[in-house]
Amino acid sequence: MRARVSPGIAIILLLLAGFVLAAAGAELLSPADPLRQSLLLRLREPGFASRTATYWLGTDDLGRDLLSRILYGARASLLVAALSVSVSLVVGTALGLLAGWFRGWTAVLIMRFVDTMLSIPAILLAVLTVAVLGPGFIKLVMVLGLTRWPRYTRVAYAATLQVAGLPYIKAAEMAGCGATRILWRHILPNIAGPLMVVATSEFGLMILFEAGLSFLGLGIQPPYPSWGSIMSAGRQYVTRAWWLTVFPGACLFVLVLCVNVFGDWLRDRVDPRSRSR
Amino acid sequence: MSDAPALVVENLSLAIGPAGLVDGVGFQVAPGEVMAIVGESGCGKSVTAQAIMRLLPDAIRQTGGRILLGGRDISAIPERAMRAVRGQLMSMIFQEPQAALDPLTTVGSQIAEALRQPLGRVRGEVLRMLRDVGISDPERRIDQHPFELSGGMCQRIMIASALISRPAVLIADEPTTALDVTIQAQILDLLRRLAIERQTAVVLITHDMGVVADIADRMAVMYAGRIAEAGPTAEIFAAPRHPYTALLLASIPRLSDVPKSKLAVIEGRVPNPSEFGPGCRFASRCPRADARCAAETPPLRPLGAGRLTACFHAEPPHGTQP
Repeated sequence: MRARVSPGIAIILLLLAGFVLAAAGAELLSPADPLRQSLLLRLREPGFASRTATYWLGTDDLGRDLLSRILYGARASLLVAALSVSVSLVVGTALGLLAGWFRGWTAVLIMRFVDTMLSIPAILLAVLTVAVLGPGFIKLVMVLGLTRWPRYTRVAYAATLQVAGLPYIKAAEMAGCGATRILWRHILPNIAGPLMVVATSEFGLMILFEAGLSFLGLGIQPPYPSWGSIMSAGRQYVTRAWWLTVFPGACLFVLVLCVNVFGDWLRDRVDPRSRSR
Repeated sequence: MSDAPALVVENLSLAIGPAGLVDGVGFQVAPGEVMAIVGESGCGKSVTAQAIMRLLPDAIRQTGGRILLGGRDISAIPERAMRAVRGQLMSMIFQEPQAALDPLTTVGSQIAEALRQPLGRVRGEVLRMLRDVGISDPERRIDQHPFELSGGMCQRIMIASALISRPAVLIADEPTTALDVTIQAQILDLLRRLAIERQTAVVLITHDMGVVADIADRMAVMYAGRIAEAGPTAEIFAAPRHPYTALLLASIPRLSDVPKSKLAVIEGRVPNPSEFGPGCRFASRCPRADARCAAETPPLRPLGAGRLTACFHAEPPHGTQP
């Protein structure tokens, strides 16, 4: 593949790579332990240098290094988003494929269930579930993953219906392929493009959901950092310590923007006809 | 060509709802033989092909008849067993070869799929098959995607994937309709050659008398869901017995025709399946029809020398042509 990457996309890709590296290498990159408190160093402004260390992004209300907390927060964001997108992608796509392939009653049951799910506000459902089950990393992933699958089902269903009627699927049937093989080898790759586009836009949304739930205290639990919970804590000091809300907020904004632009770019790339010409 | 037939279709009947689509169609094909089924659109030739593969659209049912593949009746075997038949004992190719190939899979993998093997394990065999169907530079083509190939090449790929598992029967549904004329001739030659070399029985579905004349050993003319006339191609072309066949042949434009003269047409139209009544279905358009034709269904009767016709007024061989 001779990729022609425009400068704009190159910047986006670099930024995304930076976020991923920051999240993956939080231990190596963090100047301090994100959990170590120091009441003597509360709410110091960015660039503050103590005798032993420099706090590039300042400290929070418990004297913890904000830069380190943002780096670890990136890990929480990306991990939750990646895992919950995977869960909903797998569940939603599988149901959409089944509905599109078998049609009839299977499709009616699945698609009416999808309509029901889509009529419930996802964030409310998530809040309710966390409130009942209690917070926790795995629960957060499952709640997000299992509330956000219907969009994939809709896209997969429509795309499967369309692809299943094409001559090459008939040809595969004529060649004696079974349903599993046709769905897996011929239909899934051919509907992957639109699904990837949905997945990237959902990835951005999941990051926002995670931040939102953590902001409400239902996501990542203190003392572990998440952008949402950092902002939530910083909210009380917004007049005295602007950096506590501005830096995680800016990170959130830039990351989601990058993910969405990347999604648009990906949509143009996954079409094989636009490749290698 | 003299051994037991590879495929026998007996008395096949298909229906959509209460209306009969295909009524008592039967024919057989020997190994290495090309048998053409000709007819205008809507005569039931394509659904006949789909019924043989047992992949009919949901609305259409088989209401009678048997399909014998190598002597085994496949019209009632379970779907699972049928999957082992498709692509292994019996393959099918159709129009629009480019659309019939998965755009995201390399042609090599698609051919290998017919062998139920990953490409890596059967690469040599696939390359040999590509060479056999006349693909130049197979080492490069094998890893290309369908959109990088021309329509003619895609049809060669389809043929390769249909024949690589050495099926006894190949059903070709309008295989050259979407191709231009020179490519069409090449593909027909290829089918002809492979049928003989590999002793494959070919059922060729077409509306094009030119294609039939080119490669078919025998032909069956279908009209409104029934066989009107069947027999060796050369003899039917030389002396058609059924008035429909005669009119069809007369409607082919010839180079010797006076320029801008009117093309010969068959007046009227094919009846809808819901309008089928008793009697010969061609009667309303037939120049020779009489009262008996409208009341009684003419049976398909032998005329000798392997020829059959379903007409009360089939002329004797030395009779005048319309």
